Amino acid sequence: MSAASDHLAVLPIVLPIAASGLMLLLDERRSRLKAAISLATTTALLATALALAWGAMDAPQVYRLGNWVAPYGIVLVVDRLSAMMLVLTGVLGLAALVFAVARWDRAGPRFHALFLLLLMGVNGAFLTGDLFNLFVFFEVMLAASYGLVLHGSGEARIRAGLTYIAVNLIASLFFLVGVSLIYGTMGTLNMADLARRLSGPAGPEAGLFEAGCAVLGIAFLIKCSAWPLGFWLAPTYAAASAPAAAILAILSKVGVYVVARLSLLLFGTGASAGFGQGWLLAGGLATVAYGTIGILAARDLTRAAAYAVMISSGTVLAALGTGSRPALSGALFYLVGSTLAAGALFLLAEILQRGRDPAAASLAVFADEYRDPFDDEGASETGRAIPAAVAIVGGGFLLCTLMLAGLPPLAGFVGKLAMFSGLAAGAMTPVAWGFVLVLTLSSLGTLMPLVRLGIQGFWVPHEGPDPVIGRLEFTALAGLLAVCLGLTLWGGAGLAYTDRTVAWLAQPDAYVRAVLGGGAP
Amino acid sequence: MEIVLSLGIGLFAASGVWLLLRPRTFQVVLGLSLLTYAVNLFIFAMGRLRVGAPPVLEAGADAARIADPVPQALVLTALVISFALTALFLVVLLAARGITGSDHVDGREPGA
Repeated sequence: MSAASDHLAVLPIVLPIAASGLMLLLDERRSRLKAAISLATTTALLATALALAWGAMDAPQVYRLGNWVAPYGIVLVVDRLSAMMLVLTGVLGLAALVFAVARWDRAGPRFHALFLLLLMGVNGAFLTGDLFNLFVFFEVMLAASYGLVLHGSGEARIRAGLTYIAVNLIASLFFLVGVSLIYGTMGTLNMADLARRLSGPAGPEAGLFEAGCAVLGIAFLIKCSAWPLGFWLAPTYAAASAPAAAILAILSKVGVYVVARLSLLLFGTGASAGFGQGWLLAGGLATVAYGTIGILAARDLTRAAAYAVMISSGTVLAALGTGSRPALSGALFYLVGSTLAAGALFLLAEILQRGRDPAAASLAVFADEYRDPFDDEGASETGRAIPAAVAIVGGGFLLCTLMLAGLPPLAGFVGKLAMFSGLAAGAMTPVAWGFVLVLTLSSLGTLMPLVRLGIQGFWVPHEGPDPVIGRLEFTALAGLLAVCLGLTLWGGAGLAYTDRTVAWLAQPDAYVRAVLGGGAP
Repeated sequence: MEIVLSLGIGLFAASGVWLLLRPRTFQVVLGLSLLTYAVNLFIFAMGRLRVGAPPVLEAGADAARIADPVPQALVLTALVISFALTALFLVVLLAARGITGSDHVDGREPGA
């Protein structure tokens, strides 16, 4: 705990909050400087995440905050799963930020501060090894997301934001009830300590403990918008501004991550093994079904992307519920690809809709809200059309569609195939067949509306100018899609990584040893 | 004492849920606040109820005569966070009232 590299684990939290604080000191007029600091911080976050992922390849890194020994102090744990999620956050965050810098960051005050605060909350939630600390990071993340949903103002956003905030405040109360029940029954909130105590015989309060976990689970399932707790997601994401919606796509994955982490750690083996698995499977499949129906009914691309986020969460939850390790590995691979593709689709949808309605593009965005008079001389990135912008957007749209629908040859297909073949490696029970059936139908159900919306967007002749795409916006999109393509090309390496991640997650006692030290009984 | 506390929590929670389901935004805020009180009392109760037991550890003190300080610390954190978020929610409610001209949770009067 002395070398500088040991402190790398705390950087994903410290860096964004420091930069975010710095933003508040800077005047709104200095938007170029703010954008530069924000971009530098996010790039550094991505680099840190990659370095952490490299370091966590073989053994997890445990960082004790204030050097207090677990379970008394709070620990940050970088293992393969959290490192993977950190990298995903970094990539998506950087792309959304680059896209926003083109023009969206000036649609309202304090975009960069909120954005960095959101990244800090998300990173913290992925890293922490303590349930109450997780609550705090959740609240930081949510508070920043409330601001980002409202970014750009306008009636639709405020209405959607109202529901979003109300639902998430109630989810936080569930979180608190669950956490306090767990503390009341087990006397600890450290995840590793919980897992250690659970590995012994069931105590007299095991029922109450499981009830606490169920209440806690409801909070996370609301967050990952599992059916029937996820009706808030589609209107909110559809109303949010494009870069905000793209980064919100990672928010619902935080819920999925926590559910996966806790259910594998606490209920993998021991007294309460397998708790809640059936519910996860049923809830996940219902979410996929609901998301598919929703995307079939979607009339614009942002709403379709919102339902795609839902389908992707549901798929991972259902794969977790099957209890099959190879299927979970495929699902984790699918999670990365589908989150990136959904984020890209939000960005694409904004570009397309901007071309659709030229009057609304300039008015609706900047009407009735903050706009700095000193900012006008800065060249607007939107005005400069790249030739063949439509072709670029069209090609990107094709990639997103293939990724989200899970069609060959892209990574979405690799992930789905890995899930199916993983299930087929075990006994094909009727439940497994049902899983395969629902997922295959959802592929079809995703493909049809996206093709329909694509035809409407690209081939149907329409009034007004063609969509234009700025250089920065193009960079953001191209970056996201390049990562999607990279996932496809190096799919074998990706699957090998998730295989080893799942193998690590399947040994809760190794996690306990890493956090509490080898001497723990 | 236990019965009084649990009845109190139940009453807070029940009134909170009822208010939460009302159509006016101000009622929703009050409902959320009441629910927060209920949850905070619940967290407090999870440290077990003890009379005259301070949550402060002194040298040579008997552990059996000391209340668990952790839930009390948790309550403090939860209080601060929920207070801040309620304030934030109030601002959004005011914005919604200003923009839509209605304090209905749907942003428009029923039947309008």
